[in-house]
Amino acid sequence: MNPTTTALRAGGRRGLIELRQSLTNGADLWNHAFWPVLMLVVTFFLRDVSFGQTGFSVGALALPSILGMNAAMAMVTMSQLLTADREDGTLLRAKATPNGMLGYLVGKLVSVAGGLVIDLSIFLIPGVFLVSGLVTGSLDAWLTLAWVLALGMLAALPIGAVLGSVFATARGQGLLMLPILAMIGISGVFYPVTALPEWVQWVAQVFPVYWLGLGMRSALLPDAAVAVEIGESWRHLETVGVLTAWAVLGLVLAPVVLRRMARRESGSSVAERRERSLQRVR
Amino acid sequence: MASEQVVLDVEDLRMRYGTTDVLHGITFQAHQGEVLALLGPNGAGKTTTIEILEGFRLRSAGRVSVLGVDPAHADERWRAHVGVVLQSWRDHGKWRVRELLRHLGVYYSCYATDQVSRPWDPDELVAAVGLTARADAKIRTLSGGQRRRLDVAVGIVGRPELLFLDEPTTGFDPVARREFHELVRRLAAQDSTTILLTTHDLDEAEKLADRIVILDGGRIVADGTADELARRIAGEDEVRWTHAGQRHVRHVRESTKFVHDLFRRHGDAITDLEVRQASLEDTYLSLVRRVEAEGATR
Repeated sequence: MNPTTTALRAGGRRGLIELRQSLTNGADLWNHAFWPVLMLVVTFFLRDVSFGQTGFSVGALALPSILGMNAAMAMVTMSQLLTADREDGTLLRAKATPNGMLGYLVGKLVSVAGGLVIDLSIFLIPGVFLVSGLVTGSLDAWLTLAWVLALGMLAALPIGAVLGSVFATARGQGLLMLPILAMIGISGVFYPVTALPEWVQWVAQVFPVYWLGLGMRSALLPDAAVAVEIGESWRHLETVGVLTAWAVLGLVLAPVVLRRMARRESGSSVAERRERSLQRVR
Repeated sequence: MASEQVVLDVEDLRMRYGTTDVLHGITFQAHQGEVLALLGPNGAGKTTTIEILEGFRLRSAGRVSVLGVDPAHADERWRAHVGVVLQSWRDHGKWRVRELLRHLGVYYSCYATDQVSRPWDPDELVAAVGLTARADAKIRTLSGGQRRRLDVAVGIVGRPELLFLDEPTTGFDPVARREFHELVRRLAAQDSTTILLTTHDLDEAEKLADRIVILDGGRIVADGTADELARRIAGEDEVRWTHAGQRHVRHVRESTKFVHDLFRRHGDAITDLEVRQASLEDTYLSLVRRVEAEGATR
């Protein structure tokens, strides 16, 4: 077998091992369950709040949007894991292994994507029983959900890897959360984006969170719900366009940025970072 | 034992960070199967040197050849023949010992040859580093010494031709240290692995290395076997004896001849004779002191 195939397979296995690990230890299970359960509680309280004269509950509108938001948050997960792996030397280990960086990245993609599917299920499965007015009986709905999710991950994960290489420290990752929370705030997750000023709508439409939410709503909401969207359309074409653009941007940038980051890794750089983080604690 | 084939070839290696020179043109070689120790005080440039050879750091100038390749432009095939054990690693804490060794071994499987089977079988490897009892333990639960042995196991999982060990026994207790030394000697003797280790522990360099390169202030100040260094540089043994109720101490170059003369002159009157050979420690300390003194007058 050639080295690249070997590394790809090893990476796949690595992802599954990491996924299993994250499901068999307390701290990681807590991380998996925390947001989905919190969002379920939010959805529960929104299930009877109706949105204007549309006849839809805010809960029903929010559930698919939250799904989209969680998918977009895989970007943050990816970014944080990369930073953590850089700090503890996992990345350097990968660099010291033949084709190890390739295996490492494939592994990370598999474990983050797998973890995301699990997180979404924790939220979605109880969610559909909690909220009425969702379309869950048609194959079409689930197919739409599947392609939006797949494309969304393709957009989010490489960008997450780029952010993880650029914001190299835990402190950098903390700072990164501010703009991301702001982005979520304006993306029409908890309240339709059409209720916001027009310039805010334009800003929101630059980022993948809005489009992932829109795609998920188009999958799980009945056609009548399109009335609250911009231009009263599900805009699948635009969804594909924007998410693909982010995916291409990420896939072009990620190898360059990752290679640059990997080149700078050495034993003393890992030791130096640990020294600094210890000083922060003290 | 070492063969004639040159595995490591470093010539006039220089490293500069900003305006500070860290390595001032160092030159040395290592042959196949040789255990070479880079010995020196903290800040001597040991880690910088080893990181350049590992391909993790770009040098400022000089020629470097590792397994016949310049590590600055080495590919993954080269990487498969080099093992790296860094000063401290905390990675893969959630993994289990054997699980990690099995996983990392997979990457080397396509580099196996008729002579060398790669990777090392995980169970045998775990046994070779004395971790069988902890094979299924989570890595973050290992003690410092166990973790270090795991790092060595990871370093050799692909049966490297060349192994880098950066300060390998820092924090070891005496038992762990002895076991580790046996492992290193076994690797060099049985698999004719070339080993480059850095240490500031003289005793370790003396016990493990076929040859010692002493680095201080970014320069090589001595290069040779432990015996050669002791003889060449300090060169004076300490002889103590009692004659006519009086205690004498003398530092001499050829102690055997000196003692022979002593007996010829005084016969039975000599008592309490002690001869202490110059240890590597004396050599090392006198060397570092000399370099520092020169630095002060420069």
